[in-house]
Amino acid sequence: MSSTKALRDGPKLTGPKLQSALDATWSRPRGLIGWLSSVDHKEIGARYIVTALIFLALAGAMALHMRLQLMFPGNRLMTPELYDTSFTMHGTTMMFLFAVPVMQGVQIYLTPLMVGTRNMAFPRLTAFSYFVYLSGGLFLWTCHFLGFGPDNGWFNYVPLSGPQYGIGKHSDVWAQTVSFTEVAALAVAVTLTTTVLKQRAPGMTLARMPLFAWATLVTSLMVIFSMPAVELDSILLLSDRLVGTQFFNPAEHGDPLLWQHMFWFFGHPEVYIIFLPATGFISEIVATFSRRSLFGYPIVVLALVSTGILAFGLWVHHMFATGLPRVGYSFYTAASIAVSIPTGLQIFCWIATIWQGRPRFEVPFLYIIAFFFTFVIGGLSGVIIAAVPLDLQLHDTYFIVAHLHYVLIGGSVFPLLGAITYWYPKLTGRMMSPVLGKISFWMIFLGFQLAFFPMHISGMLGMPRRVYTYPAGMGLELPNMLSTIGAFVVGMSVLLFVLNLIISFGGKEAGDNPWDASSLEWATSSPPPGYNFAHIPAVESRTPLWDNRDTLPVVYGLKAEERELLMTSLISAASETREPSAMPSIWPFVSAAALAVLFVCSVFSPWAVAFGVVPLAVALIAWFWPKKPEPSEEAAIA
Amino acid sequence: MTLAPAFTEDVSKLESDGFGTLSLTWWGVIGFMLIEATGFALLFGAYFFLMSHEQTWAPQPWHPPDLLAGTLFTIVILLSEIPNTLAKKAALRLDLKAERRLMAWVLGFGVVLLVIRGFEFNSLNIFWYDNAYGSVLWAILLMHTTHLATDFGDTLVLWLLIKTPHGEQKRRFVDADENALYWRFVWGSWLPCYLLIYWLPRLFQ
Repeated sequence: MSSTKALRDGPKLTGPKLQSALDATWSRPRGLIGWLSSVDHKEIGARYIVTALIFLALAGAMALHMRLQLMFPGNRLMTPELYDTSFTMHGTTMMFLFAVPVMQGVQIYLTPLMVGTRNMAFPRLTAFSYFVYLSGGLFLWTCHFLGFGPDNGWFNYVPLSGPQYGIGKHSDVWAQTVSFTEVAALAVAVTLTTTVLKQRAPGMTLARMPLFAWATLVTSLMVIFSMPAVELDSILLLSDRLVGTQFFNPAEHGDPLLWQHMFWFFGHPEVYIIFLPATGFISEIVATFSRRSLFGYPIVVLALVSTGILAFGLWVHHMFATGLPRVGYSFYTAASIAVSIPTGLQIFCWIATIWQGRPRFEVPFLYIIAFFFTFVIGGLSGVIIAAVPLDLQLHDTYFIVAHLHYVLIGGSVFPLLGAITYWYPKLTGRMMSPVLGKISFWMIFLGFQLAFFPMHISGMLGMPRRVYTYPAGMGLELPNMLSTIGAFVVGMSVLLFVLNLIISFGGKEAGDNPWDASSLEWATSSPPPGYNFAHIPAVESRTPLWDNRDTLPVVYGLKAEERELLMTSLISAASETREPSAMPSIWPFVSAAALAVLFVCSVFSPWAVAFGVVPLAVALIAWFWPKKPEPSEEAAIA
Repeated sequence: MTLAPAFTEDVSKLESDGFGTLSLTWWGVIGFMLIEATGFALLFGAYFFLMSHEQTWAPQPWHPPDLLAGTLFTIVILLSEIPNTLAKKAALRLDLKAERRLMAWVLGFGVVLLVIRGFEFNSLNIFWYDNAYGSVLWAILLMHTTHLATDFGDTLVLWLLIKTPHGEQKRRFVDADENALYWRFVWGSWLPCYLLIYWLPRLFQ
């Protein structure tokens, strides 16, 4: 097809006629095959979010079960073995199946809309990643229900998980679950990085990029540099267990600390991989509800980047109790305290924005206020345990449980709930009920404090984590009772939040931009069409929708009858090339299924890697081999 | 969309399917190279961590790997860059005939390299289960072999593809260009592997 004769958007093709052509081009086949073949980032992002929320519910139910066990001293509701399995499944699910995937799901949904493009870079890879992630989650939970789920804690330390002590398949299941989730997360990180760097709307220079997109870029790069560590660690553990390598066996000159170093080289950045997207939510929500652009944009960007870099210099603070050289203690203490500086700067910028703005205390914004309160407490307890003498006393106590939940729930889950409430109208076209929203907000905020603040006390009183009960008469009864009551209040509030999500499908119509926000995702309809934007926006400032209330500058000339994206330059976002975008395909799903078979079978025999690679290779070749109808390629040779 | 469009720039005349940084594929390949390079770097870190526990390296009484196969592999993989560079240049000038011929040469080098790699496993003088030193040597060699084999497979599929009429599309030349870039990563990542497997156990014996 000649490039000049193609039907293209522009002054002569706009409005309903263009939308009709684009609808036909960007739609997918109906039915199950069509569902499995979808490469629409919005569909895939929503699947990630819903799946992650289901895993949150499962892991949350386990937490409530554990809280019932700890409600009374000497309680016999759970056996020690069941308790071991429960805290392991809770942590593993929350970290690998909820926290990272839900953040990436939101990023997959929002990033192309926010940067003004029609789809992700490598949309089939994004679809593949979802099915790999889903397979990993199903694998873990199926094994759990069959009685051989992991039971060594979410960081699966050797030698407990090694061949000498880790009897059965529990540790292999943990390690292979990590393989699933890391393959998925790494694939998403590459697609997000490329989308942000190369598919921004013309004029959206790096200095005009929404802060959520900046957070997406930094976290995706962090995923790229940190997740290979836990992937490699898991492979080395599996090979110790399955083929007799000696990486972690001190009797043959291996070292269990090698596991810890590699795990935490991933594990600490992981905290920021979960937290930094939340800072992106906060920046967007604070600006919208303060009705002004964010104060100190360059400072927030530099804080994001420096947090991303510093996060790689902290991992050893998780290992203070293993015994380290003095200089190691000093360095990692200093680095752990230093990382609070950029985070503090961001918080001051947000406060200054609110201070100078005209804040509207609607539900998304309330969650941000809750974040400030809760995360600052978590940050301060983090500074306490960054000091080695205190850490050695508090290590493996409930003080740590309190700290990590204050940081992760306060730092990520509260902003996430705010973000869901904020962007729900964009996803569904409807507003969530503010009344139910406020009730569930206050319940979760207060319930959380009731559940987790007493854990600081029980930790300081010496209550160890990961022990299924505690004796009476040590002053632990009251804090544990309060924690259990608080946990159930949190559980009920989450149910109320979900109820609000469901009933709001029939809620008030939202319109394109119900919060009067400034970023591009609000320029398109709610929910957005398959092609996102009829014309690609042209950006002239950091707040494109506040510049002109009636018109939107756009570029034109992309094909309407074929899937085409506009690529722009790295820094200045000048228009560079037109790039075809992939059609729906079943092969990413088939490839993910083949990979799942390989991973699952290799838990039982290393030969599965050799045999399993054949169907995987066939599926991948079918995926990449060009088929009709594809976007027409412009012939290079006449 | 309720905002009225204000048309600014016409992008219809822009090129489709650019090379290098103009191609999405280039960015994807760079992304995966970063992931894999991080994997190599971490494995090298594990190597030095285990090495730091030993008085000698290779640990007594093990002998360092024999040099012949690994050195031969290194020479051949460096030589493979000649057809690889020529294939890359052919892709950039959209010369399909040359591309088909030169990619066949790259594949030929790949076959030779895979055969030599088999001998390398046989010249390590230790098995993976003997001790941690043996484990890490095998792991490095296996990790690199995975890259070698997958890139060979990838090149083979692309070569078969460009032998069909699909090869006339510019996008296939972009793919060939990126394939050549990835081959550079495969041989570039081998050089530190070669030093760690064959030379450090000699230097610190």
